[in-house]
Amino acid sequence: MSNSGILKSSLAKKYVMALTGLFLCLFLVGHLAGNLQLLLKSGAEGQRAFNEYAQFMTTFPLVKILSYLTYASVLFHAIDGIVLTMANRKARPVGYVNEKGSANSNWSSRNMGILGTIILVFLVSHMQNFWYQMHFGDIPNDPNGLKDLYGVVLKFFSPENSMSLFAVVGYVLAQGALAFHLSHGFASGFQSLGLRHAKYTPVIEWSGKIFSVLVPALFAIIPIYLYITQQ
Amino acid sequence: MDLTLKVWRQNGPTDQGKMETHSVTGVSPDMSFLEMMDMLNDQIIRAGGDPVAFDHDCREGICGMCSMFINGEAHGPSRGVTTCQLHMRSFKDGDTITIEPWRAAAFPVVKDLAVDRSSFDRVIQAGGYISVNTSGETLDANAIPIPKPQADEAFNAATCIGCGACVATCKNASAMLFVAAKVSQFALLPQGQPERSKRAKRMVEQMDKEGFGNCTNTGACAVECPKGIDLSTIARMNRDYLSATVKED
Ligand code: SF4
Ligand code: FES
Repeated sequence: MSNSGILKSSLAKKYVMALTGLFLCLFLVGHLAGNLQLLLKSGAEGQRAFNEYAQFMTTFPLVKILSYLTYASVLFHAIDGIVLTMANRKARPVGYVNEKGSANSNWSSRNMGILGTIILVFLVSHMQNFWYQMHFGDIPNDPNGLKDLYGVVLKFFSPENSMSLFAVVGYVLAQGALAFHLSHGFASGFQSLGLRHAKYTPVIEWSGKIFSVLVPALFAIIPIYLYITQQ
Repeated sequence: MDLTLKVWRQNGPTDQGKMETHSVTGVSPDMSFLEMMDMLNDQIIRAGGDPVAFDHDCREGICGMCSMFINGEAHGPSRGVTTCQLHMRSFKDGDTITIEPWRAAAFPVVKDLAVDRSSFDRVIQAGGYISVNTSGETLDANAIPIPKPQADEAFNAATCIGCGACVATCKNASAMLFVAAKVSQFALLPQGQPERSKRAKRMVEQMDKEGFGNCTNTGACAVECPKGIDLSTIARMNRDYLSATVKED
C-alpha cells in the first residue's frame, strides 16, 4: 500500500482543519494587536499609530507572506469544513426521530459549520469594507502621507453614518459566533494533531476558553467604543 | 409501571420503516430494558403480531450485541452501561420512551432495531491484530516486563466491546473511538510495536472505506461509551497515523 491515499483520508482532513485553524488563531492575535491601537490611542496619535500599522501590514515583505498564508488558511479551512460536513451527512442518511445531543456534547461542538458560515459571511463583508478599501479603494492620505484607514474606520462606525448601527450590531454578533467557534475549535485543534497529555490538556482547554472569550470581546469592544465616543 | 413505547419498525433493509406506538403495563422497575422488550414482544406475539427484532446475547454487559438508541441516547440515559444493563428504575411510571436502531450508513438496518455491524469486523481484519509465530516457540507474554500503568491503560482500551454506541451517538457517525481503542490496546504494549504505524494506517483506511463519518471532536462518543473508553485513545491514533504518513509502509 502506498502513502498516496493518506492525504485523502479522514484524518488528513482533520490535520488540515487543525493546522489552518490554529494558524488563524495566531492571525487573530496579530490583527487584534493592530485594532487595539484604535482603543488605546485617539486623535492625531491614534490616527498615526493605526495608519502606520495598516501601512506595515500591507507592505512589509514578511507580513505579506503571512497574509498569503492567512488567505490560504481561510480558504482551506472553509473548503475542508464544507467537504467534511457533506461527507458526515452521507455517513448518516437516516437521522434519529429523537436525538439528545445536549446530553453528551457542547452546543458549539455540534454547530461548528453554522458558526463557521456566519464568520465567513462576516469576513466577506469585513474585507469588502476595510481590506478592499485599503488595497484598492480610493483613500485620502493622512497628515503623515499614509493612507488614512483610520478615517475610514472612524467614519464607518460613526453615528453620522446611517448604516453604522447595523455595522456595529453585525460586528458584535459575528464576534459572538467567533467566540463559540473558538470555544470548541482551539482545544479541538490540539486533539486532532494528537497533542493530548494528562497534565497539559487541561491547560490547553482552559487557555482555549480564555482565548475564546477574551479575543472576540476585545474585537467587539472597539466598534462599540467608536460608535459611542463619536456621538 | 405503565409505559408508552415508540419503537422503530422496519421490515427488512429496503423497507422504509416507521415508528410504531405500543403500551406496556405492569413493568417492574427491577427489569432490565431487554426484559421489558421481551414483555412487549410476548404481548405482540399473543396478539398475533410480528415481534420487534433486536440484538442481544450475553445480557450482562460484556458482548456488545445489544444496541438501542433510547430516548435520544445510545444505550439510554444511564452512563457506563449497555442496554441490557439499563434498568427500568431509570424511568418513571407513565413515561413515553423512544427506541431506535443505531443510525449510520456503515450500520445498515437488518430488521427493526437490529443493525449489521460487520463493518467493525472488517476494520479489525484490516490491522487489529499482532502477527506472532504460533509454531510452539512463541515467547510467553508474561515473560515480557510491562510497567503496570501501561498494562492498565492497554487493558482499559481493550475493554471496548465493539457495541457501536460511539458511532450511533456521534453526530457524524464516526467510528473513531472504536478504532482508536483497538489501535491503542496494541500501541501501548511491546507486542504491538512492530506493526504499530501500519496498523493505524490500515485500520483508518478501512474505517473510511466503510463510510463512517469524520470526527469533529464533539466528545459525545466518550460520554456514551458503556466501557468508558476516553478521548486520549483518539489522540493516540491521530499521532500514530501522523507518524505513519511519514514512514514507508
Ligand atoms: S468504544 Fe465504547 S461505544 Fe465504541 S464500540 Fe467500543 S465499547 Fe462500544
Ligand atoms: S447483550 Fe451482551 S452487552 Fe448487552
